[in-house]
Amino acid sequence: MNALRERYGEEIVQVLAKYPADQKRSAVMPLLYIAQREHGYVTREQLDQIGEILGISSTDVASIVGFYTLYHDEPAGKYRIQVCNDLPCALRGADEFLESLCQRLQVKPGETTADGLVTVEAVMCLAACHRAPMFQVQSRTEISYHEDQTVDSAMLLVQGWRQENGK
Amino acid sequence: MNDILLRHREIANLDQLPFYRQQKGFEAFQRAVTSMQPDEVTEIVKASGLRGRGGAGFPTGMKWSFIDKKNWPHYVTANADESEPGTFKDREIMESNPFQFLEGVMLCAYAIGANAAYIYLRGEFWQLAAELDNHIEYLERENLLGEKLFGTEYDLRLYTHLGAGAYICGEETALLESLEGKLGQPRLRPPFPPSFGLYGKPTVVNNVETLTNVPLIVERGAEWFRTFGTEKSPGTKVFSLCGNVEKPGNYELPLGTTFRELIYTHGGGIPGGRKIKAIMPAGASSSLIVADDKALDTPMDYESVPSVGAMLGSASVIVIDESVSMDWLVNKTMHFFQHESCGKCTPCREGTYWMRHLTERIHRGGANWNDVILLNEVATSIKGKCLCALGDFSTEAVTSSIERFRSDFEAKTQPAPLDLAAKVNA
Repeated sequence: MNALRERYGEEIVQVLAKYPADQKRSAVMPLLYIAQREHGYVTREQLDQIGEILGISSTDVASIVGFYTLYHDEPAGKYRIQVCNDLPCALRGADEFLESLCQRLQVKPGETTADGLVTVEAVMCLAACHRAPMFQVQSRTEISYHEDQTVDSAMLLVQGWRQENGK
Repeated sequence: MNDILLRHREIANLDQLPFYRQQKGFEAFQRAVTSMQPDEVTEIVKASGLRGRGGAGFPTGMKWSFIDKKNWPHYVTANADESEPGTFKDREIMESNPFQFLEGVMLCAYAIGANAAYIYLRGEFWQLAAELDNHIEYLERENLLGEKLFGTEYDLRLYTHLGAGAYICGEETALLESLEGKLGQPRLRPPFPPSFGLYGKPTVVNNVETLTNVPLIVERGAEWFRTFGTEKSPGTKVFSLCGNVEKPGNYELPLGTTFRELIYTHGGGIPGGRKIKAIMPAGASSSLIVADDKALDTPMDYESVPSVGAMLGSASVIVIDESVSMDWLVNKTMHFFQHESCGKCTPCREGTYWMRHLTERIHRGGANWNDVILLNEVATSIKGKCLCALGDFSTEAVTSSIERFRSDFEAKTQPAPLDLAAKVNA
């Protein structure tokens, strides 16, 4: 039984159709995004399931998860606030922004809030250098950009999530 | 001026197909498919002198003409992996002028005889990829994409493909590996993609901005394009301006515009009346230029920027003012490159790790001058010894700032113990 194929069969067929029939391996990245919708990270079982669909080993699939930063192999908050503090953003105050945001949420970069909802991460350049401080939010289903931010505007977003999720 | 790439700032609703078509959108593509030989399209692009806008500045038409016609099928891959710290131009083009970009991909596909093109977007551009998918569907409904286009035998399909957070995938062979479902690690070259590219087939990989120039070049001609810019660097360029500057943003200006005009006339100068100290013209991969009058009056084109000791690259201009110390700056860039090294080549994988440790120690104030000498030596040992440019890029800020802003490092370090210094200098 392949839970991914059962649940997302039609979508997986559409993804595979983008690539030549003998090059199914190309679909490994889109399939990992689909898998991550379930728990916010890729489970061991899902590695096997994707490997089976594409005819590659689970180890091959795991190597992709390990190489690319937007795939995760451990649980974290439902929302990952990924703050860019690379050079251009840092010149516009991103380091101070990250530090204050962490203080307000009572976490260190890489940690998850006590309610389990928000993980704060420092990440590399997000191509929005002119609108720093900025971050992206990676949830299970999507990635959204939030630019020209203050700690207050970020906290408003967090409060909205807390209400939505009854925390 | 927003004459070619950022036309959406002048023309309302250019991001909607009916409005784009009102501006003669897709006429160039239709004319090419119905009444031009593929090679004719390549010849126009060659004559225009368009050079790759992703960083290397390679002549675009020449790249297309290298495609191996004995090996089929052919592919086009648009490089939308924009990840260089300081670069944010392709995102604006794809968000606000998407159809001109897509038409550029389509013209390139026709020119090299490709029936499929992939747009490789960095994973962070998730929303943008969804919008492009909608645009592509719309084009299929309008019979601008699909089978037997305009009653000819030509078929073309476009697909988006999302990366997942890896700077290295902006390197063209790493991008192809990633698109094949593998680790994004560069290939040994030659062979180059026009003979051995995606799935081992002849492939053109072009940057988003490069491709977005093509529809107007085909529509208005090579001579028209050459009225912008310089003889060797024709056309306009989107300069991404950021850092210590009043009005950061994208500015479309002719190649050959001076740093001074970009930073002071368009960018509003340095905040708080502070003095400019340095410029990085090609993002974090760039050497640091001392921002003196000579540098500020240098034209930003592919030939002139090297005369002040840097490359134009993707023209992501980071402005550094006098409040910034270079030990802090190189620690930032090293953090980036250590994280983004793909691990394939030992000099880059190990070298970025050790450089990062040294810059951290220097920045924290626990280093002596021998650490600076060692840092410079590690950097020099990486240069020219890796499969792709990332290794070299990681060293540019380090070696140039030690050479040109030596006093910043002297202020942060203890003098070298005498016996050691004597050994190093011997």
